[in-house]
Amino acid sequence: MAKLLETENLGIAFGGLRALSDVTLEIGRGEIVGLIGPNGAGKTTVFNLLTDVYMPTEGTITLEGKSIVGKKTYQITRAGIARTFQNIRLFKDISVIDNVKIAMEGDMHYSALAGILRLPSYWREEKAADLRARELLRVVDLEDFADAKAKNLPYGQQRKLEIARALATQPKVLLLDEPAAGMNPTETQELAEMIEKIRKKFDVAILLIEHDMSFVMEICEKLYVLDYGMVIAQGKPEDVRKDPKVIAAYLGGNEDE
Amino acid sequence: MMKKKGKSYLINFALVAVLFVVLQVLISSGVINRYYNGILMLVGINVILAVSLNLATGFLGQLVLGHAGFMAVGAYTAALFTLNSSLPEGLALVVGMVLGGLVAAVFSAVIGIPALRLRGDYIAILTLGFGEIIRVLLNSLEFTGGAKGLNGIPAYTTFPSVFIVAALTVYIIYAFINSRHGRAVIAIREDEIAAESAGIHTTYYKMLAFILSAFFAGVAGALYANYIGVLAPAKFDFNYSVEILLMVVMGGMGSITGSIVAAVVLTFLPELLRGFSDYRMLIYSAILIAIMLFKPTGLLGQQEFSLAGLAKRGKRWFAKRKKGKEGA
Repeated sequence: MAKLLETENLGIAFGGLRALSDVTLEIGRGEIVGLIGPNGAGKTTVFNLLTDVYMPTEGTITLEGKSIVGKKTYQITRAGIARTFQNIRLFKDISVIDNVKIAMEGDMHYSALAGILRLPSYWREEKAADLRARELLRVVDLEDFADAKAKNLPYGQQRKLEIARALATQPKVLLLDEPAAGMNPTETQELAEMIEKIRKKFDVAILLIEHDMSFVMEICEKLYVLDYGMVIAQGKPEDVRKDPKVIAAYLGGNEDE
Repeated sequence: MMKKKGKSYLINFALVAVLFVVLQVLISSGVINRYYNGILMLVGINVILAVSLNLATGFLGQLVLGHAGFMAVGAYTAALFTLNSSLPEGLALVVGMVLGGLVAAVFSAVIGIPALRLRGDYIAILTLGFGEIIRVLLNSLEFTGGAKGLNGIPAYTTFPSVFIVAALTVYIIYAFINSRHGRAVIAIREDEIAAESAGIHTTYYKMLAFILSAFFAGVAGALYANYIGVLAPAKFDFNYSVEILLMVVMGGMGSITGSIVAAVVLTFLPELLRGFSDYRMLIYSAILIAIMLFKPTGLLGQQEFSLAGLAKRGKRWFAKRKKGKEGA
């Protein structure tokens, strides 16, 4: 499978604190990859590096062979990496559908003047955006809530809305930060199906951080295990599960056992 | 859905036109005397100020404490222009407004470039400082007339000109907010980090909204200068900035119609209370405190008042009543 997103020897230090070192990841087109590890291992930091919230102190990140280090976050999004957040970050006081439309910014081109004068380009692009936003809401089963305020959605639905918003940017890679957090088993099962559906429908690769192991084992084709900012294991879920280093990291045993 | 929207634009336009004709007839027939005519013009100017400040503070979410400073820049620019130009009355006013707006926009860009690239409330302290600096500069510069200010500015501003410019400002800001640009601006208010990761160039949109806001403050200043005839720096002090901010907060941050209502009420109120002379400011502040206590989000919150919304609500109310009766 062709490499879509790659990092090589990625590392970052905050002053004297080494958060990540030597992280090498490979995500192929359409793959579902899991990033797991104990709390504080540096998983979200990887996401923040991939979306250029932080500048890496060393290493490279390439998307389709082109380096994306040093770009602005919004440029990364437009280049094709979209993300969701661990602590949900929706535009709370506005409608569900507008939350999605906001993320279509990269594909809309009418000028401010054309918008104010309500020229034909305004109506055309707004109509197309409206249709596409409703379509995306249908994918995540939120079409009935299109006009509700985002903050009034139940927690699980808010997570789904975040995914729809990320999809609206037409990503090549979707980064999901603990998508199943706070969901009950039924909701988690639905989410797993939804992620599978999204991957097929949008031909998007997915990198996800998750603590729910049965969820991870079910949907991921490849896993990376982080501990203390380093990749301690990688490979197929069933192999990783048996890896003594992974068991030690999670259960706190030591390697001599 | 789109067709329906076109119709509501027409209806609103017709209503504004009717309001204008009614007021104009009342003025020319003398029912509204010169004194109230003057207050009406101030109302219009304050509507422009409040709605434009709402763009920066209510929709973009950046606290601006120097709106009167931008207004002052626009006022002095327009005053100096109309004092020295030989253009015909109407044209001079239009050019004065455009110039006033543009100069205010340039000043806002100079302030915005360093402040808006950062996250957080830097713009509040910078605009506060800007307002004071402008006042001090106007006081000490030669060509602005120093503390005496400028006088003999031609009175080109008329009720129709104020009304038309206010209506245009409201329309432009409404249309801006309800476009992709406005959505981006609101997204920044809601969550800047999420907006950025949704692909929005946050610095650009912050600048755009802030500059647009200052532009209209400059336009309002130009109207004011050619209405009042004399300009003194003392008028554009911090208190005036706060007064405009008060209109925005009272009307509801993020509600254009709220700002209009608050601008009308807060301009008329002190005048209506004039009879109470000494107790005027006391009552004025009591009313404000009451609003902050009982409706802290402002009169309209983030809602917009619209006829379509009213009709919808009316229908729902009737449907409920009918249901209730049938049930009984």
